Amino acid sequence: MKAKGTVHKYGDNVDTDVIIPARYLNTADHKELASHCMEDIDIDFVKNVKEGDIMVAHENFGCGSSREHAPIAIKASGISCVIAATFARIFYRNAINIGLPIIECREASEKIEAGDEVEIDFESGVITNLTKGESYQGQAFPEFLINIINKGGLLNSLK
Amino acid sequence: MGMTMTQKILAAHAGLSEVKAGQLIMADLDFVLGNDITSPVAINEFHKAGFTDVFDKDKVTMVMDHFAPNKDIKAATQCKQCRDFCGEHSVTHFYDVGEMGIEHALLPEKGLVGPGDCIIGADSHTCTYGALGAFSTGVGSTDMCAGMAKGKAWFKVPSAIKFNIIGKLPKYSAAKDVILHIIGMIGVDGALYRSMEFSGEGLKNLTMEDRLCMANMAIEAGAKNGIFAVDEVTLEYVKGRFQREYKVFEADPDAEYDEVYDIDLSQIKPTVAFPHLPENAKTFDEIGDVKIDQSVIGSCTNGRIEDLRAAAEIFRGKHIAKGVRCIVIPATQAVYMQAMEEGLLKIFIEAGCAVSTPTCGPCLGGYMGILAKGERSIATTNRNFVGRMGHPESEVYLASPYVAAASAVTGKISQPSEVM
Repeated sequence: MKAKGTVHKYGDNVDTDVIIPARYLNTADHKELASHCMEDIDIDFVKNVKEGDIMVAHENFGCGSSREHAPIAIKASGISCVIAATFARIFYRNAINIGLPIIECREASEKIEAGDEVEIDFESGVITNLTKGESYQGQAFPEFLINIINKGGLLNSLK
Repeated sequence: MGMTMTQKILAAHAGLSEVKAGQLIMADLDFVLGNDITSPVAINEFHKAGFTDVFDKDKVTMVMDHFAPNKDIKAATQCKQCRDFCGEHSVTHFYDVGEMGIEHALLPEKGLVGPGDCIIGADSHTCTYGALGAFSTGVGSTDMCAGMAKGKAWFKVPSAIKFNIIGKLPKYSAAKDVILHIIGMIGVDGALYRSMEFSGEGLKNLTMEDRLCMANMAIEAGAKNGIFAVDEVTLEYVKGRFQREYKVFEADPDAEYDEVYDIDLSQIKPTVAFPHLPENAKTFDEIGDVKIDQSVIGSCTNGRIEDLRAAAEIFRGKHIAKGVRCIVIPATQAVYMQAMEEGLLKIFIEAGCAVSTPTCGPCLGGYMGILAKGERSIATTNRNFVGRMGHPESEVYLASPYVAAASAVTGKISQPSEVM
């Protein structure tokens, strides 16, 4: 499985309250959630994001609330993968459970810039920056989690 | 090699004699929690996956607390979906308006969670029950759905940071100050993926409510869970309250910790976390004149009876400053009733505070105290992220009930000694 797209770049501690503000949590509708994704720190994100684009951030991405609406909003906005130096743990498991590809790579989070074209190979964990002609080794998932992902998410894996 | 307290609870629930940090396990759950925001997503997944029954109708709960009493039509629809689901599946512990309280105050109070339990909740502050010596952690709605259906969840066994508590808190310093101090020291990702274990001779000086407040904010340091060693204070609290059989787990004497910190309670001063991260903790020697528009006293962190007593101690015979709104939110119906019987509500109302029915409301910018552009609130809540209590250009300052009350009286961020 691969993902390829244009990068939207953010900093440290991007919390779930800015990914999807709680004032919009009175719905579980994926499209409606996506229409407010990131708006408190990047009002133009929703306007600019295209299907397949990639989100890159630094430390502790997705900290704060356990709202699954956060990875849902990111996925429904068209983002095909989130790369970060580290993820907050609830966001990490939520992303796996709903099938939003994520990958940890400190080097990629430091070197990739907004607007770069990036390709990710999930099997090898290799992230290729097509704009800069560089590649970075991300952390591939352990087998236990690959099993969940390959079965189409947590619920299917439990059947 | 010995195991930490968390590792021992996880091993027991995975049917293993031993687990190691980093190991992936499937564990049996004692209790599964959701609220009116996270449960609807779990219910949709439950139906989509074709599940027909909950694993145990006595071990699943839904608490209508975030946008309840219903704040709008959409919130009403979400609560109705939870109500219908719990009715259909005969879920014993469904808490609706009139019975409900803020989930993390309600469940310990009702005796639904206790020592040695393995608990997940679709709310990040589920780590609160670690105060009782349980392994308890926040998850998302899909995990909640799987937990409701199968009574199981997967975990990566965490390593731990140990906090050795010594001494006794000075007057007007609170458990909130301790946890803000710790988060300020280690940062919002200082305990990422790890446990925060609290033990030591100073534990005896922390009440159960103090511990609930501290464990509640373990997530604000990125921790998987916060957990307190079980002692007489714990056993006294669960006696006659906890409805199942409990089991006491202790860390092995040779358990390995990534780091060990000594926390001397006698050195803890009133502390305020400045916008926009809980790690921006400052004591009053670093705080100048910061005017406030609002003070919120309540939440799963600080809405219990001891918190209201602390606020009332400051407010007694005083009035809040002109131009300040102060909203007091007892966390549960029992706390509300107790506050009424002790005369605390009268003190709040005479001081010019609004007193609300239990709700998470303003803490997450839902309703009941939303901030306008440029406004500032001091709050006994747990997060001060951008836009957390309203407009993206508003500000939230986190503090104890003493500080939130003192600040409401002066109209600027103030320590209790300024008004007492």
